[in-house]
Amino acid sequence: MDTTRAVLRSILPIAAAVIAFGLLQQFLSPSQTVILIVALVNVILAVSLNVVNGFTGQFSLGHAGFMAVGAYTAAKFTTAFRGTELFGLSADASLQVIFLVALIVGMILAGVAGFIVGMPSLRLRGDYLAIVTLGFNEIIRVIIENTKFLGEATGISGLPRLTTVLWVGVGAVATIAMARRLVGSSHGRALLAIREDEIAAEAMGVNTTGYKVRAFVISSAFAGLAGGLLVHLIQLCTPRSFTFIKSIEVVAMVVLGGMGSVTGSVVAALTLTFALEALRGVAQYRMIMYAMLLIVLMLTRPAGLFGTREIWDLLPSLFKKKRGAPPATPEAGAATGTGTGGKLS
Amino acid sequence: MTEFLQHLVNGLSVGTIYALIALGYTMVYGVLKLINFAHGDVYMVGAFAGYYLSHALGVTQRPSIASAVVVFFGSMIVCGILGVVIERFAYRPLRHRARLTSLITAIGVSFLLEYGFQLPSISYTFPFPPGPTPRFFPQPFERIGWQPGGVYLSNYDVVSFFVAVGLMLMLQFIVYRTKFGTSMRAVSFDSNIASLMGVNVNRVIAGTFALGSAMAAAAALLFAGSRPKIDPLMGLMLGLKAFVAAVFGGIGNVPGAMVGGLIIGLAEEYVAGYTVSSYRDAIAFGILIIVLLVKPAGLFGRFTPEKV
Repeated sequence: MDTTRAVLRSILPIAAAVIAFGLLQQFLSPSQTVILIVALVNVILAVSLNVVNGFTGQFSLGHAGFMAVGAYTAAKFTTAFRGTELFGLSADASLQVIFLVALIVGMILAGVAGFIVGMPSLRLRGDYLAIVTLGFNEIIRVIIENTKFLGEATGISGLPRLTTVLWVGVGAVATIAMARRLVGSSHGRALLAIREDEIAAEAMGVNTTGYKVRAFVISSAFAGLAGGLLVHLIQLCTPRSFTFIKSIEVVAMVVLGGMGSVTGSVVAALTLTFALEALRGVAQYRMIMYAMLLIVLMLTRPAGLFGTREIWDLLPSLFKKKRGAPPATPEAGAATGTGTGGKLS
Repeated sequence: MTEFLQHLVNGLSVGTIYALIALGYTMVYGVLKLINFAHGDVYMVGAFAGYYLSHALGVTQRPSIASAVVVFFGSMIVCGILGVVIERFAYRPLRHRARLTSLITAIGVSFLLEYGFQLPSISYTFPFPPGPTPRFFPQPFERIGWQPGGVYLSNYDVVSFFVAVGLMLMLQFIVYRTKFGTSMRAVSFDSNIASLMGVNVNRVIAGTFALGSAMAAAAALLFAGSRPKIDPLMGLMLGLKAFVAAVFGGIGNVPGAMVGGLIIGLAEEYVAGYTVSSYRDAIAFGILIIVLLVKPAGLFGRFTPEKV
């Protein structure tokens, strides 16, 4: 029973997402498609960063670095295998398979990078950790800019445009499902314990460094996924896309939504992306509004919009009852991302 | 040998600038335990304050030492006020909240200054904000270059070095020999007890910000003498590197920041000079990571074990 439910909880959201986003992409204009893809990439970034910054309480400022690792890996992979036909599949179908493999390889390498960075630096706390992760972010960028294989400062251009709403939608739902499943597991409880009081957690027998590194690796892997998806939308992979400004944008989303709230990150990522898109006409004021938003939000609502709560914690109790069951309809599954999970904090 | 000496001269001239900026980081960290992310941008504002002041005084037409001095102290005052304003509105309301909230507002202030200065100018006659294109800092006096033994050296380098060292000595005096410095160290040690002893903590913190920001402005003007190109993003990387210098010397430690600045400047110059120069930006961060892993308290910092 438990295993069936666990399998259902993992598969249903993805299946629902395939149907919902597969239908959705039939109705979107090209420009709407691009905006939605960017927004969903930001959802993946914000939710995955929330695993480290929100659940575990470790302030990382290097998310864009791991995004770069995933992006370059995936870009190299698809350019290298472009045009090969696999197992008698048509060229189009094999390109899709190659893309899937490229994304997974990108995730793995980004996770490995997360392990290499996290292993030494997660011994540090608070603002020191922030600066060290920022430093690694810059080091990754400088290494890319000096590597001929990765196209130096100009990057890799002419990538196939493979990212569709379906791909990125499934990726976003998978990320959300991962985060919700994680926080409800005993692993997630350990992360929350570390956030609340690291010393107390350690005294209770939680291997703090081990859990922190694992959270960091998971978070980095999903950042790599976001990177791989993004470069196959813009068809260009340059180091300029992955400076620490990008990391700070993601941090802003997590902070706005509430550190530790998955739905908060989703809402914040979507809102900020759409808001910035609407402000494109006054492009030079965009970043100023970003800055003002960060300051004003911290001064008035330091816990973010939702704090550590989820969106359904704020809804009337009528809706709350439904939390026990897995999503009944594809739409419900796509809308809330995943069925259940323990209530946070 | 000539090359070695040339790198020494360049490294020292950059290193003193890092040291001056690092002082601002280290003093603010000392009293507030906050990484003032916006400090690099205060440095940038200092450069632009100097730029506008020297245009207002007509330094481009009539360069003179007197107006250079006015520009120098004028920008220090402008930045000192800016530092106090930032502290008052962005950090003070959050002082008793979790430290990460102030770190995030610091990032916000930093973005606000960077992108605010990149906006197009309000009017043609008054070119403020300066916009994203780089501007050139006017030279207040004639540049004279010497080449003793093949090493290039200008009067700007010499003036900058001695002014920077003078400022650092002055700061050392303020922190360790004056009443204000004593109360600053008291706040840094324990701000609650300091306030029980009659130290006005708010005033001390504001004073610390003023002092640190004035140092950043001085650094900006001295640096603009030898590298006159200024733009709104100039403080970003330089600020981060200066922060690395502060951590290297032991954050919260005033002489440590000076030594750290010099070492980072020299290390960058030598590594970039003898190997691949495009790796320059990664050197400081590499040093930071090694320092934090090997000796997290920095060169002169004291290790404080965490207590429950």
